[in-house]
Amino acid sequence: MVWVNAIVQGILLGGLYALFACGLSLMFGVMRVVNLAHGDLAVLAAYLALAVITGLHVPVLWSALVVAPLFGVVGYAVQRFVIQRSLDVSPLTTLLVTFGLSIVIQNVLLEGVSANSRSLPTGWLASASFQVNSQLSIAYESVIVFSVAVVVLSSLQLFLSRARLGRQVRAAADDLEAASIVGVNVRHVYGIAAAIAFATVALAGVAFGMYSSFDPAAGPQRLIFAFEAVVIGGVGSLWGTLLGGMILGVAQVLGAQVDSSFGVLAGHLVFLVLLALRPNGLIPARLA
Amino acid sequence: MIESAPSATPQRVTRSRRSARWNAVAGAVAVAVLASLPYLVYANVTGVLVNLFILLSLATLWNLLAGYAGLISVGQQAYIGIGAYAVFVLADNGLSPFLAIPVAALVSGLVAVPASFLLLRLRREYFAIATWVVAEAVLLAVLRSDSLGGGTGATLRGLSDLDPALRQAYTYWAALAVAVATLLGTYLLLRSRVGLDLTAIRDNEIGARSVGVRVALAKGIVYFVAAAGAGAAGGVLIISQLFVQPTSVFSVQWSAYMIFVALIGGLGSIEGPIVGTVIFYMLQQTLADRGAWYLIILGSVAVLMAMWVPRGIWGLISDRFDLRLFPVGYFLHPARGTVKVKS
Repeated sequence: MVWVNAIVQGILLGGLYALFACGLSLMFGVMRVVNLAHGDLAVLAAYLALAVITGLHVPVLWSALVVAPLFGVVGYAVQRFVIQRSLDVSPLTTLLVTFGLSIVIQNVLLEGVSANSRSLPTGWLASASFQVNSQLSIAYESVIVFSVAVVVLSSLQLFLSRARLGRQVRAAADDLEAASIVGVNVRHVYGIAAAIAFATVALAGVAFGMYSSFDPAAGPQRLIFAFEAVVIGGVGSLWGTLLGGMILGVAQVLGAQVDSSFGVLAGHLVFLVLLALRPNGLIPARLA
Repeated sequence: MIESAPSATPQRVTRSRRSARWNAVAGAVAVAVLASLPYLVYANVTGVLVNLFILLSLATLWNLLAGYAGLISVGQQAYIGIGAYAVFVLADNGLSPFLAIPVAALVSGLVAVPASFLLLRLRREYFAIATWVVAEAVLLAVLRSDSLGGGTGATLRGLSDLDPALRQAYTYWAALAVAVATLLGTYLLLRSRVGLDLTAIRDNEIGARSVGVRVALAKGIVYFVAAAGAGAAGGVLIISQLFVQPTSVFSVQWSAYMIFVALIGGLGSIEGPIVGTVIFYMLQQTLADRGAWYLIILGSVAVLMAMWVPRGIWGLISDRFDLRLFPVGYFLHPARGTVKVKS
């Protein structure tokens, strides 16, 4: 039963990782940009949420409604003014620039809020759970986060396949020049994709802040988890990302069951083994 | 090269112009002066230079990876740490730490071989984060290892009976040797067939593959060399600090330093990281008492440079004065004048 519990918790944790990863996946799928500041943005969002919660005295879920749209706007601006410029220089420049941003965000946070680790106050949610049987209990918090992840992934999928703007995003991802010839404003569309990615990473950052404590240096590990989920599932496949997140979550929780310090390492090892065996991921597909 | 009609003065192709020979002489003199510094200055100066040489070696190797092979790694700290721990283990078994440095380089290089099989098949964008995962996995494995001291770290043995002044001088020479070996090794590698392969890959990878360039081999060799060099730098690091702490030696901050130094100095030139290292140290000394600010400033400058001045400060200098200290290209000497054909 201990193991069943671990697997259930791992799957729910996988939802969080998928939420983290879909922004990374989207930006890579559309712009071929791997945003190395992804994890640090999530940490930044968590700090902003903390400021909103303490400043406005609102519960944690409401803070996400403030932080996510704000990040969407920031994402549009960053794409138009920073990432687009790097893309124009060379694709590799985007890696260098986003890595630089990652280090800058980490150190600005370090200067601004100190290295102490913080967590988001979740109130009654922290301890609320429903009991399946004597050994298996599921926290509301993880169910909420998992549901948010599924809703976000589904709406993203719907947006990309049905909405006019979503179709433009796919067109720009498929063939940049053809898309601009038929009248797609590619730079604007890229900005929209970045805005969505930033908004989802803000949601993920708030969700992660509910799960565990965070400090200014916590970003890289979050980036790595997101990346592992993307690659395990298959680059460019949103549902693959959810599967990848679940596999990573289960590996980590099972690893931690063996030895509490083995959890994260177990996740890395599963990732490296899968990378060796299935370099294109479990569900190799294209986003667009 | 196109066969030309017979002329009075036939065309020649050389690797360097005459001035480059003077560069070599100047380089030898500079190394000799640097090598004699422990006799001339106080240990605090050589102490600063040890850190500078470590960073110079790391940035040069990172530039070899990114600037020439197009491999952006943010996980080279894995090999710094492996090198440092290799020196620790070898010294524990009675080998002199200084002699352990080349062995540590080899150990790091050998670890890089299986890692490169995994990593080099990834797209370039994903290669970056995957190297980071490898570094994190190595860190977590070290943290779990009691024989390596776990999270508290390990103290280097085997140097305690050495006179401190002598130890500092030896450390300085070791750091200088690693830096010179790195620069010279990079220079010779780029002038070898591998260098030619890398140029072809940089210009057009698929095209290079189709004309028989050994793409995977060339990248593998560069990855191996970069890992071995990082291992040697890690060995010098533990000797200079006499202590290794896993979360600091495997910190991604090392990658930040290497990348910022290479970006500011200039990507894709051997001279760039040298310029970048000097600037890095000047900034660090100026902002030493301002906590994390120097990293914020350095990071912002590096980001702006990457976006607006992609070839860095050395790129500006070499364009302005047509200057190359380490010529890795070819010069065509037609009947009159000199035309550079490839850099």
